[in-house]
Amino acid sequence: MNRRQFINLILGGGALGCLASAVYPVLRYMMPPEQVEADPDSIKVGSTKDFPAGSSKIFKFGRKPVIVIRDLKGGFHALTATCTHLDCIVQYQKENDIVWCACHNGKYDLSGKNVSGPPPRPLDRFEVKVSGDEVAVVRTA
Amino acid sequence: MKTLYDAGLDWLDERLQVRKAMEWASHKSVPVHQGSFFYYAGGVCLFIFGLQVFTGILLLMYYRVGADSSYESVRYISSKVAYGWLIRSVHSWAANIMVLFVFIHMFSVFLMKAFRKPRELTWVTGCALLGLTMAFGFSGYLLPWNELAFFATKVGTDIIGQVPAAGPWLLKFVRGGEEVTGATLSRFFGLHVAVLPALLSLTVGIHLAFVQIQGMAHEKEAPKTMPFFPNFFLRDAVLWLLVLNAIAILAVFFPWELGRKADALASAPAGIKPEWYFLAQYQFLKLLPARILLIPGELWGIIVLNGAGVLWLLAPFWEAALPDSMKDGAVKLVGWGGIAGLAAMTLWGHLS
Repeated sequence: MNRRQFINLILGGGALGCLASAVYPVLRYMMPPEQVEADPDSIKVGSTKDFPAGSSKIFKFGRKPVIVIRDLKGGFHALTATCTHLDCIVQYQKENDIVWCACHNGKYDLSGKNVSGPPPRPLDRFEVKVSGDEVAVVRTA
Repeated sequence: MKTLYDAGLDWLDERLQVRKAMEWASHKSVPVHQGSFFYYAGGVCLFIFGLQVFTGILLLMYYRVGADSSYESVRYISSKVAYGWLIRSVHSWAANIMVLFVFIHMFSVFLMKAFRKPRELTWVTGCALLGLTMAFGFSGYLLPWNELAFFATKVGTDIIGQVPAAGPWLLKFVRGGEEVTGATLSRFFGLHVAVLPALLSLTVGIHLAFVQIQGMAHEKEAPKTMPFFPNFFLRDAVLWLLVLNAIAILAVFFPWELGRKADALASAPAGIKPEWYFLAQYQFLKLLPARILLIPGELWGIIVLNGAGVLWLLAPFWEAALPDSMKDGAVKLVGWGGIAGLAAMTLWGHLS
């Protein structure tokens, strides 16, 4: 290695190191920190009176929305409310007694199974516990 | 065979005549003399402005404007986001260093009499840049919505309210209401991230175009020169690197504090003062009695400070009108007098 190459190496290496020491914190800064949010095992969603037959409501369960449905026969169902296709929020369709995603016409039955349209996977199920007239959604093991 | 570089250059040249621009740039030169060092001050201001735009955009990724969210989001940036404390401190420190270099640039231009014909308009655009830089400092200071910022903005905007006739209207316009509230914060935010960057970029563009057209000023007979590319430019780059390092050292060892959240119902904390670049004006206003000749002291203060500003802005014009024998002496007196006065009042304001 001659003198010129040596100087070039030192200068070039220094410049790269300098650049890296500025770029690294910037890249790390741009990645948002992990959200530490309570991840509950169950949430209370109200009383049975709040859920007439053929109705539904959406609640926040930790960070994710959960849809609580009371079908026409009076049975309770709780499913993740985010469509497995492209993340839209689903809704309960009373007329057809199904869960429907308006974005791309995905359909699920009340057990969460994807029955038609683009959704690739079923919706996750939650357990609904009714004690007295209080309704709670519980994470299934 | 042509190298990739030449091929790329040819491609651009056919479309944009870049070789013409390179030819022109290769002839650009900078005078070399005793005061040459001060030619770098303007470049440092430009560099720090770029740094501020960059770190400002990064801060915008997490900052949420609002009386209920500004303080919390800045605290989040400083305590939770990886290197958030560094980005915020660099932005705050760089703002201060930028004001310092704007002053160095301005006074060196004044004392080297570089404002003289044909550069009067370059001087005027430079004064506009000073005003914009101070406005940047004042508006950005409020954004963390902490105690110091809240009271600095209350006092600073209250001075605007002292303007005869239009005062109350101006005050309401600047604050977005009678008081400093979340509405003021929204206005200052818009000013700081949209209006001022646009105005400053435009004015810098004009300022630089004037410098390109006229070249750099030098006293009397043409001295030695050095080529701008690469000699002067590389020196520029070295200084920028040094300034960046100085800012990084300040940010790491003296991280910018956040303080307590603004509370409209809390008393102003003892010893509260504005940023150093407003200290001289602050001290001057503090010294004025309540009334002079039946006119409120503050009003006199505003008249005197604004009058001084106008005289400073018009320096190229009144200096040209002076008899030749007085010109150099007047510049020396006003320039050094201005520096000494500002420094003394700033120090006094800091110590009192």
